[in-house]
Amino acid sequence: MKILVAVKRAIDYNVKARPKSDGSGVELSNVKMSMNPFDEIAVEEAIRLQEAGKGQEIVAVSIGSAQCQETLRTALAMGADRGILVQTDDEVQPLAVAKLLKALVDKEQPGLVILGKQAIDDDSNQTGQMLAGLLGWPQGTFAAKVEIGEGTLEVRREVDGGLQILSLKLPAVVTADLRLNEPRYVKLPNIMKAKKKPLEVFTPAELSVDIAPRLKLLKAAEPAGRTGGVKVADVQELVAKLRNEAKVI
Amino acid sequence: MVALVIAEHNNVTLNIATLNAVAAASQLGAVEILVAGHQCQAVADAAAQVSGIGKVLLADAAHYAHMLAENLAPLVVGLAANYSHLLAAATTNGKNVMPRVAALLDVAQVSDIITVVSEDTFVRPIYAGNVLATVQSSDQIKVLTVRTTGFDPVPASGGSATIETISVGPDAGLSTFQGDELTKTTRPELAAAKIVVSGGRGVGSAENFALIEELADQLGAAVGASRAAVDAGYVPNDYQVGQTGKVVAPQLYVAIGISGAIQHLAGMKDSKVIVAINKDEEAPIFQVADYGLVGDLFKEVPALIAALSK
Amino acid sequence: MVMEREVMEFDVVVVGGGPAGLATAIRLKQLSTEHDFELSVCVLEKGSEIGAHILSGAVLEPRALNELLPEWRAQGAPLNTAVTDDRFLFLTKTKAFRLPTPPPMRNHGNYIVSLGNVCRWLAQQAEALGVDIYPGFAAAEVLYHAEGSVKGVATGDMGRTKEGAEGPNFAPGMELHAKQTIFAEGCRGSLTKTLFERFQLRSGVDTQVYGIGIKELWEVTPAQHQAGRVTHTIGWPVDQATYGGSFIYHLEDNLVAVGYVLGLGYSNPYLSPFEEMQRFKTHSAIRETFAGGRRISYGARAISAGGFQSIPKLTFPGGLLVGDTAGFLNLPKIKGSHTAMKSGMTAAEAVFELLRAGEQAGREAVDYSSRLRSTWLWDELYRVRNIKPAFHWGLWPALGYSALDTYVLRGKAPWTFHHTPDHTSLKPAAQCKPINYPKPDGQLTFDKLSSVFLSNTNHAEDQPCHLTLLDASLPTRLNLAVYAGPEQRYCPAGVYEYVEEAGTQRLQINSQNCVHCKTCDIKDPAQNINWVTPEGSGGPNYPNM
Repeated sequence: MKILVAVKRAIDYNVKARPKSDGSGVELSNVKMSMNPFDEIAVEEAIRLQEAGKGQEIVAVSIGSAQCQETLRTALAMGADRGILVQTDDEVQPLAVAKLLKALVDKEQPGLVILGKQAIDDDSNQTGQMLAGLLGWPQGTFAAKVEIGEGTLEVRREVDGGLQILSLKLPAVVTADLRLNEPRYVKLPNIMKAKKKPLEVFTPAELSVDIAPRLKLLKAAEPAGRTGGVKVADVQELVAKLRNEAKVI
Repeated sequence: MVALVIAEHNNVTLNIATLNAVAAASQLGAVEILVAGHQCQAVADAAAQVSGIGKVLLADAAHYAHMLAENLAPLVVGLAANYSHLLAAATTNGKNVMPRVAALLDVAQVSDIITVVSEDTFVRPIYAGNVLATVQSSDQIKVLTVRTTGFDPVPASGGSATIETISVGPDAGLSTFQGDELTKTTRPELAAAKIVVSGGRGVGSAENFALIEELADQLGAAVGASRAAVDAGYVPNDYQVGQTGKVVAPQLYVAIGISGAIQHLAGMKDSKVIVAINKDEEAPIFQVADYGLVGDLFKEVPALIAALSK
Repeated sequence: MVMEREVMEFDVVVVGGGPAGLATAIRLKQLSTEHDFELSVCVLEKGSEIGAHILSGAVLEPRALNELLPEWRAQGAPLNTAVTDDRFLFLTKTKAFRLPTPPPMRNHGNYIVSLGNVCRWLAQQAEALGVDIYPGFAAAEVLYHAEGSVKGVATGDMGRTKEGAEGPNFAPGMELHAKQTIFAEGCRGSLTKTLFERFQLRSGVDTQVYGIGIKELWEVTPAQHQAGRVTHTIGWPVDQATYGGSFIYHLEDNLVAVGYVLGLGYSNPYLSPFEEMQRFKTHSAIRETFAGGRRISYGARAISAGGFQSIPKLTFPGGLLVGDTAGFLNLPKIKGSHTAMKSGMTAAEAVFELLRAGEQAGREAVDYSSRLRSTWLWDELYRVRNIKPAFHWGLWPALGYSALDTYVLRGKAPWTFHHTPDHTSLKPAAQCKPINYPKPDGQLTFDKLSSVFLSNTNHAEDQPCHLTLLDASLPTRLNLAVYAGPEQRYCPAGVYEYVEEAGTQRLQINSQNCVHCKTCDIKDPAQNINWVTPEGSGGPNYPNM
């Protein structure tokens, strides 16, 4: 089975984002960018499935500027077999990403698509679900564990309050949650080898996908800082406030 | 304009998060609720009581029992033409189903809204809450998930909506529910918990952390910790709330013996209500706490446990 | 090491992707092309990307860059802001006096830059020339041939637990073997430190002395911004016995870099370089620049201040030192990037000749030192060699001497002053007065932890602590008992804290906060703290610093 993994180039998780002073967006100039951490987990899972004999070829896909090639090279260094970049400098929102991925799925015919559950920049948590919808495939979102059976996939999902176990008919879309695995460290020689792995580049037009944004960012602002509330005299007062005023217990 | 809220429930009770979603929806116009489930009349009855609801749509079929996106999304899509907005609480169910709905309608979704600015403009946190984005949708139908901490729930009673049973769609046959696996302890998962009780270096030792756990159990809360407490070896890494640990946004966050270094605040500042108990009244945690109690945690926490058990 | 490690072979391995290391790599590849002589060059960088650990003022003197990449303008080098205005102020608590700018601090023809961004650009040039650059890999160990020459370096293991055991994702380090290994670690390199000892490179030269530079990047209101303005101050807030001064550089886009450099030879253990920096900003002549602005980044780094007389022997069998790990910073100019690059370029020429002559691994590029002596770098450092040591007498005598040395003797005095090691200069706390620093206001001045937050520093949680203690009992016994725990104050990142547990004090090392400035390795009174490299890609992630 061929596995397609989607990887996004996003702000590094150690870096604190801040809005531009004119509110037109988020300041990203010379900021460290990395593979979205959830996508790293997705790549790792694909490799583990391959290592377990459940997958043949792993195709990593990224969408965005030319620098996304670096992100793809990271996926290739981790163990993906080849890369596809859909190159554009325009903003690509989740629906458009899902459409581009669908076009590539139609082309590549994978049996499984794995994505991160969300990107840590726009925090949308949409693309995997949208892709599954467009393809008419089942979706195993927020996966904590996946097991491939005969034409099916059993996925343990992280849901509010515990885990939910679903059986999906393959082909399927899976989105990776934090506990699915811990991605491996990339080894130096593999970084060198990754430079020689094949990487194809397409434009959205070549895939006949309209990526015009549907959402317009009107303003990016810093959240108002919290201000201190009241000091209570004792636990009785605290419990009373929590029950009657805040109504949280 | 009529908004449709997809109810979150377990076929028996209506999840309170739905009431937060209704609160957001009612800022947009008239509100109707879809209850899709299996043998879930009780949920529909409860939904009809919710304040401000015009109509409850009930879709009852075995294949809706677990809110499987593959079955639920087409049902919602079939109803969408009658609505200007489709909303669900940003729970794991809402997050699972709504983007699939949006894709099938060929519209964008606005995730995790915390403010309704106008019928097409919403505020949502991005970059782990470090930036608030105001976004405008150009789509005919707006698909939204609602962050529950952004909207106070509407009252669960006072309404008298009619319940209309609607025809159900087919089972897509793509996915089947196999079971639930509740976390072994009764304690909820830190990232998803509605209440979090966290301890810091002030707790003093790994043994003393039992006190934090006792309070958490009393509240049905998850247990967290500051990095200082993790570094000091009181609790394992995965308890850590803050910059390098988990970001949590529960309804109630109780910080005990935590000074409130910015690294910790970054991980919990989006909590709805913050309580701080600390003996140092200058501790920065009090600058963000809604309710502060200055005192010795070894005296105050047992007293709090006692007061809560009453 | 029982573990069998994978090996990669290169002609040259460069340890460190700062200006010195990148200039070395670029020059090697240029020579390789010019002479049609194939050469494999690899640069290892412990930061998560090139530039992530680079922190500097910075006013860049483009002399070395002009020589290395004369077409830098056309190639888009980020030297965007030419210096247009130079000010030198002497501060008292309440007043500011403008002094004539001393010649070494005149900046006509120089550029205000983010050195991190300059390095990012240099790395692109190097990669275009065929250099293999590997960020995220820390050189953790020097490897030797049986006969004692340097064989290369090994990268650190990844995925060890706090206790040192192999974790679930354990990946052993790699050995990188090279004919020549270039150490470009920056000030107080952790491998360089072991090389000093192994090859006795410091025998017969002065001890190295250091300063700590603490820097913030601000976005100020347009009204307060004047691109190209350079201001340096001396005097307040430090007393006349303490070597310290500030810089304020106005870059493009309403950005202002403000920093404070403090000599680590200070004697009062209660002194906090971080707090001095915060306090400095509150001066009436300074504070208005930042009114209404927002601080967007923070970081710190030690610099070498010993100058000419502290330059060690630079070569040894199998390798050599370039840049600030060798101490090429010109302190009166407070610039070291041009000399770092020049040393790297000169080293590259010497190494290239050696390799082209067919020399095999482990030879010593002795020619490097003699080549360096005939460059402007050597002359420049020689001329200013007596200025920093003169500050041992205090500010005014030093300024007087500096004027004499600069204007009259022109650096050609027949004498050379000497340095004393920084870690010996602390007086016992009992002999010193505690300093009461003002509380941060959260607008202009800040506490340490909210500052460290802006350095974007992080280290994987479960790994052995990279701040190692030779004697774990010494901190409480000596540092706390005699010097009132000075590491709590000189560390600009809040790594060191004494905490009370069950009635006794214990040193808590918050190694995750570390910004890799190396101050603890330098200033610890008993030299009990040994800074070693953490897992690769740990440490700060400085944007635009």
